[in-house]
Amino acid sequence: MVTGDVKLIGSWASVFVMRARIALNLKSIRYEFLQETYGTKSELLLKSNPVHKKIPVLIHDDKPVCESNIIVQYIDEAWSSYGPSILPSQPYDRAIARFWAAYVDDKWFIALRSILTAGGEEEKKAAIAEVEERTDHLEKAFIECSNGKPFFNGDHIGYLDIALGSFLGWWKVVELDANHILLDETKTPSLFKWAERFCNDPDVKPLMPETAKLAEFARKLFPKPQA
Amino acid sequence: MAERSEEVKLLGMWASPFSRRVEIALTLKGLPYEFSEQDIANKSPLLLQSNPVHKMIPVLLHNGKPISESLVILEYIDDTWQHNQILPQDPYDKAIARFWARFVDEQIYVTAMKVVGKVGEERDAAVEATRDLLKLMEKELVGKDFLGGESLGFVDIVATLVAFWLMRTEEVVGVKVVPVEMFPEIHRWVKNLLDVDVIKKCIPPEDEHLNYIRARMDSLKLKSV
Repeated sequence: MVTGDVKLIGSWASVFVMRARIALNLKSIRYEFLQETYGTKSELLLKSNPVHKKIPVLIHDDKPVCESNIIVQYIDEAWSSYGPSILPSQPYDRAIARFWAAYVDDKWFIALRSILTAGGEEEKKAAIAEVEERTDHLEKAFIECSNGKPFFNGDHIGYLDIALGSFLGWWKVVELDANHILLDETKTPSLFKWAERFCNDPDVKPLMPETAKLAEFARKLFPKPQA
Repeated sequence: MAERSEEVKLLGMWASPFSRRVEIALTLKGLPYEFSEQDIANKSPLLLQSNPVHKMIPVLLHNGKPISESLVILEYIDDTWQHNQILPQDPYDKAIARFWARFVDEQIYVTAMKVVGKVGEERDAAVEATRDLLKLMEKELVGKDFLGGESLGFVDIVATLVAFWLMRTEEVVGVKVVPVEMFPEIHRWVKNLLDVDVIKKCIPPEDEHLNYIRARMDSLKLKSV
C-alpha cells in the first residue's frame, strides 16, 4: 500500500499536534516528524501555513493541510481503507462528534487556558468553576456518545476521543498549577475512567508527554507575574 | 412500500447569516423543510430543549433529532442527502474548503463584528484588520467564478456572510469596508452569487435587512450611552 510522502510539522508539547499524530498512528501511516523549535518558526511552516503560521501542518505529497481537526478528518478520508474509521459511520453520529469537538475547542479549552492566564485568585476561581461546568457537559456527552462502550467513538478511539483526549497531558498540568482537581473521579466518573483507557491506548501512549516535562514547559509559556 | 416522510425543521432567524446558510443548503438539495422563526430575546422551549448547550439558532431537526452549529449542520446535510454535493469529494479539496469556512467564521466574522460594535479609532483598526483578512479571500477568487470553483460550494455558502451581511452593514455604518477598487474579485463574486436562483431566494430582502441592521445598531448605541 502506497501512502505517499507524509510529513508533519509540530511540537512534542502541542495538544493539536498530538491529534494529528494519534490519527496517523491509528492508520499506521509512517511520516517524518519535523519538530519546530519553541520561539521560532521554520521557513517550511511559514510557507505551508501562511495564513495562521501555526502547527500542526500535515504535508502529504507536498500539499499542506492545516488545523488539527481538519487534519484528522483528512487522514480519515485520504486513508479510508487503512485501519479503523476515525469518524463514526452514521451522519447523525458524525454530527454529534463534530459538535462536541467544536465545543471542546471553542468553549472548554478556552476556559481551561484561562486558568493558566488568570490575573488573580478571583479570576482563577471563576475560570475553575467554568471548567468544572463544561467538563460536566462533556461527561453527559460521553454517556450519550459512548452508549455503554469504552470510548466516545465506541469500541475504539475516534474523532472526539482524540479531540478531547489530546488535552489530558495539559489537563493534569493545569490541575497542578491550580492546585485543584479538574477531572474528578466522583463528579465525572465516566470521563475519569475513559481518560485512563485513552492514555493507555497503544496509539496514544507513546505520544503523551510526561507531566513534569510539560509542567516545566508550561512555566515558560505562562510565566507567573513577579510578586 | 410507502417512503417514510422525512421531517426536516429548521429553528432559525430571518436576519441571521448562520440560519440563512442552512436554508441555502436545504434549498440547493431541493429538500422541503418547515421553518420556525425563533425569538432570540424570548427563547422557545423547543429551542432550549433542542440546543441546551448553546441555546442558539440555527438548529436543524431531522425526524425530531437536533443538530446544532451551522457548519456541523451543513456537513450533516451533505452527508445525509448526497445529491448536489456542497463539499468537494476529493479529501484534499475538502480539507481546503473546511479551512476557508473556518477562516470566514473564526477570523473574518469575529473581526468584522468589531466594525459594527466599535467607534472611532477602534473601529478604524477593525476596518483595517477586516480588510487584511479579506485580501486573502480576494486572492482565492482570482480566476474563479466562485470560491468553490466553477459552481457554488461550501465556502461560498458560508461566505454569504461577507457578501450579504458585512457588505450590507457598510451602508448603515457609513464605512466602505470592502471598496471595489481594493476588492474587485469579491465584488465580481457577489454579482455571480446574485445570478444564482437559490441565493436570490434565500438571502434576506435588502430593504428589510438594512432597516433591521440600522435598528440593531441604534439599540447598541443606546446601550453604550
